[in-house]
Amino acid sequence: MGSLVALLPLEAHNPLFWILGAPLIGAALLACIPDWRHAVWLNVAVSVVTLGGAVSLLSVRPVETPLFFIDDFNIYLVVLTAFVGFTTAVFSAAYIGRESKTRRLTSRHLRFYHSMYQAFLFTMLLALTANNIGVLWVAVEAATLTTVLMVSLYRTREAIEAAWKYFILCSVGIGLALFGTILVYLAAQPVMGDGVSAMAWAQMIKKAGAFQPELISLAFVFLLVGYGTKVGLAPLHAWLPDAHAEGPTPISAVLSGLLLNVALYALLRFKMLIAANGHALQPGPLMIGMGCSSIFVAAFMLYRRGDIKRLFAYSSVEHMGIITFAFGMGGPLANFAGLLHMTMHSLVKSAIFFAVGLITQATGSKRIAEIRGLTVSHPVLGWAFVIGVLAIAGLPPMGIFMSEFLVISSTFARNTWLAVPVMVGLLVTFGALIMRLQGMAFGEPGHLALDSERTHQGWFIRGVGMAPLMAHLLLALVAGIYLPDSLVAWFQAVAKLLG
Amino acid sequence: MMAFLFGLIHTGLVLAAAPLVTGIVRLTKARLQGRRGASVVQPYRDLWRLLQKESVIAESASWLFRIAPYLIFVAVWLAATIMPTFTTDMILTPAADLIALVALLGTARFFTALAGLDAGTAFGGLGSSREMFIASIGEPAMLMVIFSLSLLTHTTSPAHMVAYVLGGHIGIEVSAGLALAAMVMVAIAENGRIPIDNPTTHLELTMIHEAMVLEYSGRHLALLEAAGMVRLLLFMSIISCLFFPWGIAGADSGLTDVVVGLLAWAGKVGFMAVVLGYFESMLAKMRVFLIADFLGGALLLALLATIFLYVSEAV
Amino acid sequence: MIPVHHFSLFERYAYDTAHLIGAVILMMSFGLLYQRRLTAVIRTYSLQAMVLALAAAWQAFVQDAPHLYATALIALLFKGMAVPFALDWLVRRLGIHRTVETALGIGPTMIAGVALVALSIVLVLPVTASATAMTRENLALAMSVVLLGLLMMITRRNAVTQVVGFMSLENGLILAAVGAKGMPLVVEISIAFSVLVAMALFGIFFFRIRERFDSLDVAYLETFRGERR
Repeated sequence: MGSLVALLPLEAHNPLFWILGAPLIGAALLACIPDWRHAVWLNVAVSVVTLGGAVSLLSVRPVETPLFFIDDFNIYLVVLTAFVGFTTAVFSAAYIGRESKTRRLTSRHLRFYHSMYQAFLFTMLLALTANNIGVLWVAVEAATLTTVLMVSLYRTREAIEAAWKYFILCSVGIGLALFGTILVYLAAQPVMGDGVSAMAWAQMIKKAGAFQPELISLAFVFLLVGYGTKVGLAPLHAWLPDAHAEGPTPISAVLSGLLLNVALYALLRFKMLIAANGHALQPGPLMIGMGCSSIFVAAFMLYRRGDIKRLFAYSSVEHMGIITFAFGMGGPLANFAGLLHMTMHSLVKSAIFFAVGLITQATGSKRIAEIRGLTVSHPVLGWAFVIGVLAIAGLPPMGIFMSEFLVISSTFARNTWLAVPVMVGLLVTFGALIMRLQGMAFGEPGHLALDSERTHQGWFIRGVGMAPLMAHLLLALVAGIYLPDSLVAWFQAVAKLLG
Repeated sequence: MMAFLFGLIHTGLVLAAAPLVTGIVRLTKARLQGRRGASVVQPYRDLWRLLQKESVIAESASWLFRIAPYLIFVAVWLAATIMPTFTTDMILTPAADLIALVALLGTARFFTALAGLDAGTAFGGLGSSREMFIASIGEPAMLMVIFSLSLLTHTTSPAHMVAYVLGGHIGIEVSAGLALAAMVMVAIAENGRIPIDNPTTHLELTMIHEAMVLEYSGRHLALLEAAGMVRLLLFMSIISCLFFPWGIAGADSGLTDVVVGLLAWAGKVGFMAVVLGYFESMLAKMRVFLIADFLGGALLLALLATIFLYVSEAV
Repeated sequence: MIPVHHFSLFERYAYDTAHLIGAVILMMSFGLLYQRRLTAVIRTYSLQAMVLALAAAWQAFVQDAPHLYATALIALLFKGMAVPFALDWLVRRLGIHRTVETALGIGPTMIAGVALVALSIVLVLPVTASATAMTRENLALAMSVVLLGLLMMITRRNAVTQVVGFMSLENGLILAAVGAKGMPLVVEISIAFSVLVAMALFGIFFFRIRERFDSLDVAYLETFRGERR
């Protein structure tokens, strides 16, 4: 243990110190603050510090240590995570006050919520910056734990059941992922030796060609099933809709927007290891298969959903399927598309969940049948919601259209017949989402909306609630129209890394 | 010459020592249950008493009923003769084969079951069907155990197995451990001990082995009782010979080796008898439909023992 | 090319004992599948954790890795004593049904278990015998215990037995981790997993209380202890 402490990034000029330290200290502080009104702003402040640390990574990269490292791949995910964490904290500041009144959340619950939120961000950032695959595993496990605790926040029967299901399914996944991690260590041990540096990914990738092929193939299967459960790939996705539906909306936003990405990141790190080994099994077909099944399962499940959060949870399953499919295809174009899609999905999905949160608060209901005529009763929110859903359905000029287009065209070029099921899945999803959107956004407003307590919220809080939503949608729009050259070059470099 | 002598001594020994072993088991049980219990030589007295009594046979019984006890006794005694106890240098050693052993025991069981059916009583049929049910899982389990041991030692002859183990070719083998566990379970089932069957029960509906021999009396009953005792001793010899062969004298061994072999065998069998008595007192008989789970467990253990050989470096 | 490794006598002896202990753990996994009563399941799990502690201690001795003694201690104290005690308390306090409800009969479950063991062995066979960090047998044993734990989780309907299945899956993982020579962070990983297990126990507690009393308020438990209002 002593040698581990020596490897911690404890210097103030090291961005990692701020990225990891701020959420951790924030979590500890937030556990002590009794008044939630102060806690929400401390939460935002800590997130700003984390974001600052993440942005500073762009200029000064810390040296690689056996525990932590930053390369092109995780740097952009760190920035994305810190950014979405920040905007969600802002949204949560506006959202949670209302919830505490309507849902009988005590101040203890809110203290717990804020503390766990920062703890969750810490675990995700730890997973993203970890060099040691064991630390990566511990971080993903801790992320699962913190979110389970938050999903059960409302303490209703459904919430507890959802949290229990989430916990059991993801714990099994985590267990299998640990077995895969041990197998990777065993496969690498003849070339990497023993000790903490034997499990450092940045070192492993250099010698991956000499790993034992049978062991690493077996390891990848376990890791695909294990981390794949956390990504929400069908048929391992059963926990996802319940966890999204029953937890508080800011948690749904970070679950969809960030945690699924982190799990996929872990999977991709191992995919890179196995792809570097010529004799091991090809990871591509497995990922393509699981991606396709996710797209299809999600597409058809979208039709019969009655709960708005569940609807978008299945949409997350579908998009993670598309991303996995893209990375399974491999090659510079498909990888680029996958990376772009990860970013766009993060932004747009969290924006949608922000909107959903505001909608459920305004109308007082989660049922799709009871939400009607949003553009009439709440014009700004309604139209933002419309834009968000159109974005997630893949309409131009938003970013997701671009990435989906790239996925399909690269698949078409490489293996024409594979593109057909993907397109069918995307079209089915499009249909389902537009159908639901039409019912929710247009028409006569339901009686619930007209009785809303909307007027009781000050304009400042309303603005704070809407701002993250607008910011994300704006970013997605801009990315769809124009990607700065430096960003394109950067994605291309990462795409090459991914092989 | 010595082989012939040892063979003769061995054959007499298993017959003579069997009632003693049963006596030890009963005495242990009695003492653990807080009773004084009969002395260890009581089974000898029981057998002698039965031999002198008149044998009463049902009118509906056929010639099979009369012949069966002799056949059963001879089959079991022959099986006991094959299994080395204190030395492997016996006259019958070249003919000894574990598969033949299983066949002999199977023959004995077959005739027991037929005899149970022969008298035409309900309880006889009950016992026979239960016995066959146990055999349908127990015999494959025993064969799997022998199979895994044979794979390990490259032979089915017990004498060669002993020579292989004593020659130091096997380390601590997982498969051997699993096979031992399976063998113990099968031995309990074959001998009709608790938890499979209570040998001292008076309730006919709970009987398995006793039900088949319910109609016998006199010398026929004496033969059947003796066969049961020899079978118990046989299984103890199997376990001590196959799994703990240390002490067994080899091909060209002097008098001291033989004496050591005798003492070792006596010690092992005596220890097993006491342990059997202990566990019979501690456990309760399980319900008949749970026997399938128990023996299924034995079969699966034996199967695992075989499977494990392929992952260890032994095969 | 990976050089072929010839085992020394000490290594042979060490590996054989490790395999034996691993086989005992595997037998207990089967024992967990075999049991029909909840208290027997908990006791078998407790025994399995103690044998796991023995395995970890043996590996600590053989590999000359003193940090594995810490893993052994955690396995013994936390998993061998504290967790079964907590489970017993939960079962009694919440009045959970004492017999194990199975989705598949005990016989077919055992057969499926043996099939899974055969599968692990088949998967492990291609790995060359010269693997020095962990022998094939050890890896097959650990994988079998993991898969049997998974089987137990799938074929049981009761929340407590599902959690016990999960914990036996964890035992298999720890067995793999201590068997892998020189693996770092074993203690940290086992602590992390123990936290997960503790959460599972909390989860059962809350879950069942919610089911029975329609509220998570523990004060209700006090009322239902039978005291008059």
